[in-house]
Amino acid sequence: MKVKTEVFLIGGSAGSLKVLLEVLPNIKDNLSFPIIIILHRKGSSDSMLAELLNSRTNLTVVEAEEKEKLMPGYIYLAPPDYHLLIEKDQTISLDFSEKLNYSRPSIDITFISASEIYRENTIALLLSGANTDGVDGLNIIKENNGTTLVQDPLTAEVDFMPKQAIMQAKIDLILEPKQIAAFINQLNV
Amino acid sequence: MIEPNLIKDDELDVLLNDVLELYGYDFTQYSKASIKRRVNRICLIDKFTSFAELRYQIKNHASYLQRFVEEITVNVTEMFRDPQFYKVLREEILPKLGTYPFIRIWFAGCSTGEEVYSLAILLKETNLFHRSLLYATDINPEVLEKAWDGIFPISQMKAYSENYILSGGTQDFSSYYTANYNFVRFNDDLKEKMIYALHNLASDTSFNEFQLIICRNVLIYFDKDLQSKVFKLFDDSLEPLGFLALGSKETIRFSELEKNYKQYKTEKIYRKQT
Repeated sequence: MKVKTEVFLIGGSAGSLKVLLEVLPNIKDNLSFPIIIILHRKGSSDSMLAELLNSRTNLTVVEAEEKEKLMPGYIYLAPPDYHLLIEKDQTISLDFSEKLNYSRPSIDITFISASEIYRENTIALLLSGANTDGVDGLNIIKENNGTTLVQDPLTAEVDFMPKQAIMQAKIDLILEPKQIAAFINQLNV
Repeated sequence: MIEPNLIKDDELDVLLNDVLELYGYDFTQYSKASIKRRVNRICLIDKFTSFAELRYQIKNHASYLQRFVEEITVNVTEMFRDPQFYKVLREEILPKLGTYPFIRIWFAGCSTGEEVYSLAILLKETNLFHRSLLYATDINPEVLEKAWDGIFPISQMKAYSENYILSGGTQDFSSYYTANYNFVRFNDDLKEKMIYALHNLASDTSFNEFQLIICRNVLIYFDKDLQSKVFKLFDDSLEPLGFLALGSKETIRFSELEKNYKQYKTEKIYRKQT
């Protein structure tokens, strides 16, 4: 069954920035859906990350603003220290509530929120990391018939997160970093 | 732990209408994704297994309402949150306010008061405290009591002290409180100029004129219409050349206020023009 991708979510923690820097340059610049990236970051105020990612892609990377409408072909980065939620009208809501899995932004929160809006048209990819944030989210995406992807733990700098995802969630596909861009590009319509 | 997804969208609307009609608290213009999470979260914490159960509790137990309000509003805060903001306040904004004989500041949505105490410390250190008044308001009576007590967990003090230093503080941060077992109590003299009051941004009106209004990480929970309404309220409550300070991801762009306000450098601080 081929579904139309409406949002592509990428969650990652320790060791995932490297993967993004490898993947982004190879993604087509006319994507028919938005990408949302939720990264755990150390500093709470580094706006450098959006700039860094921007320098590696022809797509526009923006740090998400509240009430901003998601647009195809844009890459939205969850801002440091806020959870990112998605409203029915496909606008972004930011939220400064309690950390989840010791994390804000929490990957689970965005995965779950997106899944409620986009249902089976949600695709999520979980990258390298040292905790389990994102695993519950993948499960809920699967419950809603979305698609779940995980970075091959053998290629992950920190394999705990992708391994936990494979053990605890139903994963459709395990991808090496070099396969990710091609996978995203073939979803384009 | 993630909350279950017990409450459907239309049920959420029913519930929020109940709360409005029965108790006068208007959450109907809050951002849906966020408030839905909060309501599901309260189901998890208070062990409701269905929408009907939660609704019954709210409709039939007025005493439960306060808890509901406390839990669905987000009361996560910290002292000197975004130290850079407080640095600009300390070094650039407060000196401008110092030219007034009397300084009135409104902290809207003050939650448990951590940022109000932060501001009081700033005012002390810039020698403006004695001629300032700090109005701190929130929708939620429980958090106002906590704010007034000024008692915070000692476990937070290391982080707060670091924030304080990053914000340009040069004193010994621990001189502002007394430690007692697992908590610290902030010095009473910091409270001398604080006035705490209940105020609901969604339904209450302007109550004074201020030179500085601080409302950070409150508007993110409101939908666009309610945001506009609150901006109007702030505009009505701000003197010409007064400042409006918002959270780091909030903006008056897209609002009617934009044309009459000037952003202060790259900060989310806006100055009302004459």
